[in-house]
Amino acid sequence: MLSTFLFWFLSVIAIAAAIGTITARNPVFSALSLVLNFFALAGLYLTLQAEFIAVIQVIVYAGAIMVLFLFVIMLLNLGSDSKDAIASKLQMGLAIIAGGGFVLMMTRIFMIQLEPNKKQSVLMNGKVEKIGEWLLKDYVFPFEIISVILLASLVGAILIAKKYKAH
Amino acid sequence: MFEPSLNLYLVVSAILFSIGMIGVLTRKNAIILFMCVEMMLNAVNLSLVAFSSYMGHSTGQMMVFFVMCVAAAEAVVGLAMLIAIFRNQQNVDLTKINLFKW
Repeated sequence: MLSTFLFWFLSVIAIAAAIGTITARNPVFSALSLVLNFFALAGLYLTLQAEFIAVIQVIVYAGAIMVLFLFVIMLLNLGSDSKDAIASKLQMGLAIIAGGGFVLMMTRIFMIQLEPNKKQSVLMNGKVEKIGEWLLKDYVFPFEIISVILLASLVGAILIAKKYKAH
Repeated sequence: MFEPSLNLYLVVSAILFSIGMIGVLTRKNAIILFMCVEMMLNAVNLSLVAFSSYMGHSTGQMMVFFVMCVAAAEAVVGLAMLIAIFRNQQNVDLTKINLFKW
C-alpha cells in the first residue's frame, strides 16, 4: 500500500517537474525543476529496490551534473528567453502531437501483459556489494572503457573551453 | 489506485521521455535543450531499472550505471562547447547559430 502511494506521488512530482523544466522561461528555474525531477526519479528507484542507483542518481545527477549546469547558466548570465526565442504555434503543435503520439503508442504497446508482474525479491539484487562484485568481475572491461571515456571528455572539455590567444 | 505494475513504470518512463522530446523540439535555448536530453536519458534509465527489478536481475542496473557515466561525459563536453560558442557569439540561441546552415 505504501509503495503504491509512493509510486503515484513520485510519478506525479516527476512529470510535473519535467513539464516545469520545458515551460519555464528562466533557465535557472528550468534547472531547479530538473533537480526536483531527478529527486523524484531517485525515489522511484527506491520503490524498485535499486538503492545504489538511487544514491548515485542523487549524488551524480542532482549533485554534480546539475551544479555544473547551474554554474554555466550563471556564468553566461543568461536572462529569460526573449519573446522571439519561443517556438511558433505550428512548431509547438507539431511537437505536442509527436510527443502525445509517442506516449499513446508506447501505452498501447505496454497494454500487453508482461510476464513478470510481481517485483522479484531476489536477495541482494541491486545491493551495493552485488553491484561492486559485478563491476569488477563481469563488467570489468566496460568499467575500464568508461574511465577512458571520462578522461577523454575531461581533456576535451578543457581544450574546447580554453581561451586561445590570437596570433 | 491500483498496484504499480511493470507496465505503469514503463508508461511513466514513456511520458517523461516524450516531455523531454517536446522540450528538445520546441525550446531554442541550447542549455535547456541539453537539460531535456538529460531528462530523456533519465526516462530510459527508469525503464531499465524497472525491468531489472521485475526480472530479478541486476544487468539493467549495471547498464544504468554506464549510461550515467556517459551522460556525465556528454554534459561536460556539451557545456564546454556552449562556453566556446558564447565567447564568439554572445548568446546560445540555436536559431542564431547558423554558420553551417545554408
